[in-house]
Amino acid sequence: MDVVISQAFTGASYGAALLLIALGLSLTFGQMGVINMAHGEFLMAGAYSAYLTQKLVTNADFSLVLAIPIAFCVAGLLGLLLEVLVISRMYHRALDTLLVTFGVSLVLQQAAKDLFGAQAKAVEAPGWLDGQIPVLGYRYPLSQMFILVLAIACLAGMAALLKYTGFGRQIRATVQNRDLAETVGVSTRRIDRLTFFIGSGLAGVAGVAVTLITATESTMGSEYIIWAFLVVVAGGIGQIKGAVIAAFGLGIMRAFLTYWTDGSMAVVLTFLIVVAFLQLRPQGLFAVRTRSLA
Amino acid sequence: MKSRARLVAGTAAALSAALVLTGCGSKSDDGGESSAAKGCVDTSGDSVKLGFLNSMSGPMSISESTVSDALNLAAEQINAEGGILGKKIEPVQEDGASEPTVFAEKATKLIQSDCVAAVFGGWTSSSRVAMRPVFKSLNNILFYPVQYEGLEADHNIFYTGATTNQQIIPALDFLKKEKKIESIFLAGSDYVFPRTANKIIKQYAAANDIKVVGEEYQPLDQGAWGTAVDKIVSTKPDVVFNTINGDSNVAFLKAYDEKGLDASSIPIVSVSIAEEEAAAIPVDLTGQMTSWNYYQTVEGETNSAFVKAFKDKFGQDRPTSDPMEAAYTSLWLYKAMVEKAETFDVDDVIDAAGGISFDAPEGKVTINGENHHIAKTALIGEVQKDKLIKTIWSSGEPIEPDPFLKTYDWWDPSKE
Repeated sequence: MDVVISQAFTGASYGAALLLIALGLSLTFGQMGVINMAHGEFLMAGAYSAYLTQKLVTNADFSLVLAIPIAFCVAGLLGLLLEVLVISRMYHRALDTLLVTFGVSLVLQQAAKDLFGAQAKAVEAPGWLDGQIPVLGYRYPLSQMFILVLAIACLAGMAALLKYTGFGRQIRATVQNRDLAETVGVSTRRIDRLTFFIGSGLAGVAGVAVTLITATESTMGSEYIIWAFLVVVAGGIGQIKGAVIAAFGLGIMRAFLTYWTDGSMAVVLTFLIVVAFLQLRPQGLFAVRTRSLA
Repeated sequence: MKSRARLVAGTAAALSAALVLTGCGSKSDDGGESSAAKGCVDTSGDSVKLGFLNSMSGPMSISESTVSDALNLAAEQINAEGGILGKKIEPVQEDGASEPTVFAEKATKLIQSDCVAAVFGGWTSSSRVAMRPVFKSLNNILFYPVQYEGLEADHNIFYTGATTNQQIIPALDFLKKEKKIESIFLAGSDYVFPRTANKIIKQYAAANDIKVVGEEYQPLDQGAWGTAVDKIVSTKPDVVFNTINGDSNVAFLKAYDEKGLDASSIPIVSVSIAEEEAAAIPVDLTGQMTSWNYYQTVEGETNSAFVKAFKDKFGQDRPTSDPMEAAYTSLWLYKAMVEKAETFDVDDVIDAAGGISFDAPEGKVTINGENHHIAKTALIGEVQKDKLIKTIWSSGEPIEPDPFLKTYDWWDPSKE
């Protein structure tokens, strides 16, 4: 029983980190159909933002919270720049976008290495995240709970945005039928840019969260990007509730598999299970219902 | 013009070298079979080219660029003393790009196009294994500066980092005799070094009444250590033996810290965390142990001179670490080998190697002519508050390298 609880929590924490990264991706990849390989580098930009914020503020208790909006803006602006300069020129050319954004990810990695040096940077966790709180007999680390809370907050924010705001309605209209949305006066170009800004910004927030888990260095994005794509694909493209279930499902599955086998085998088994699942349900957990005629 | 004068002084030695080495005095460009085997090393001028092959890009550049710095420092110091056999070292830096195949390509390029007399570098075992056939077929010398899993001895390679009986086994002896441990947990990255090291540890443990309560691996680029740390919490070992490599260590130690573990509850002995890595881990590591053959804090004039020279050249905030020291030492050992052989000829230099000693920053080291490793002193260190590492136990004298563990009766390579 102890094992079940501890692994459920460890897995859920990992799932929360995956969800944060996948949320942004489900917007840009899911809603806009852009395969953005540089999404992981926006996460890296967010992590370096946290590092720089800490350098400037020095008070670790405060800097992590301050870093969240900063990282959102930094990564969001990078994303906006990428959208305007590169991606907007190749919508509906999925393979080209994939290759170009992969190139951009390499450029960003090298730029980070030149700016910050090859050595990994240390981002200190705030003092108020030290320690654990007992939940159902499991000593749940506060820093992991923080990631979970942050993921849920971002999720709620995004769901509310999509559901209740005019901007959210315009996004949904654009996804469901771009031509019709344009006919009724929605500026789809503007919507594309804003969506990309928010999606990339969320990757930046994920980057701040990830500094609590791992090292801040130029290639950190590549560990997460594959998992994030896995979450989006398994959850059903364009489906936020699918992404939520897939992120926590994958995280918890990986934790239990790691417990029963070992870390390497768990990665292999998780991928095998996802591949088998996609054979049975190629559309993922939930399929998007579009109203386009195509 | 000083070098010109030195050249004259060294002519007698160089002359005999030229006599031994047919075709060495002049550079041959035809690249035919015989010249490839003989090499095209040009020592007719007042300099000698040496290849430095380190990853300056890719994930390994974090570690390997520091090795390149140490090599450049050694070259500068040797040149200031007049070079090797009166010839200035002319370093040719190549980037291995963290890819074993690139290492093999660049090694070939260094030997065949740049005509270097020897190559210094490599870090991962896969980079070394990829370069091995190149040095054999082109008959050149590789100096490899990193501790590794042992079980290898190549005619064309000199290993100046520790083999397992100079790092892993002394750490186990220390844990058994000084810390009186009864149980151990193994955590490592999933590749050849941790797998081999853990095989050795398990056989040692079986022969010494130590219980292995867990063995965990994560792929090198993955950092999901939470579950493994949960297992450490539930199995309560006396010590964790950490063979994790690279940034994955940060994720491991953060998870360790998050779950409330530290050196006073369950100490860790790490064999891949040196000063540079410790500084990048934002967790209190005070009291955690490491096993190496060199720390920046090693006492003695040679080391203080080395540390000072390094910091003066590369910055006061830069620490010096074991692989850097081993690389620095390797260039000085090469100088001694060439001067003993009185030629740059590869075969003569290799033949001259046995018994050569050097007063290195880590202490006295001696090349073993049989297996091409060097005798080194093992040092168990404890991480201090400032992330520097202090020696808490020493093997006292250099340990003879035994890469195949022939002198350990509990070792059976065929057994799992």
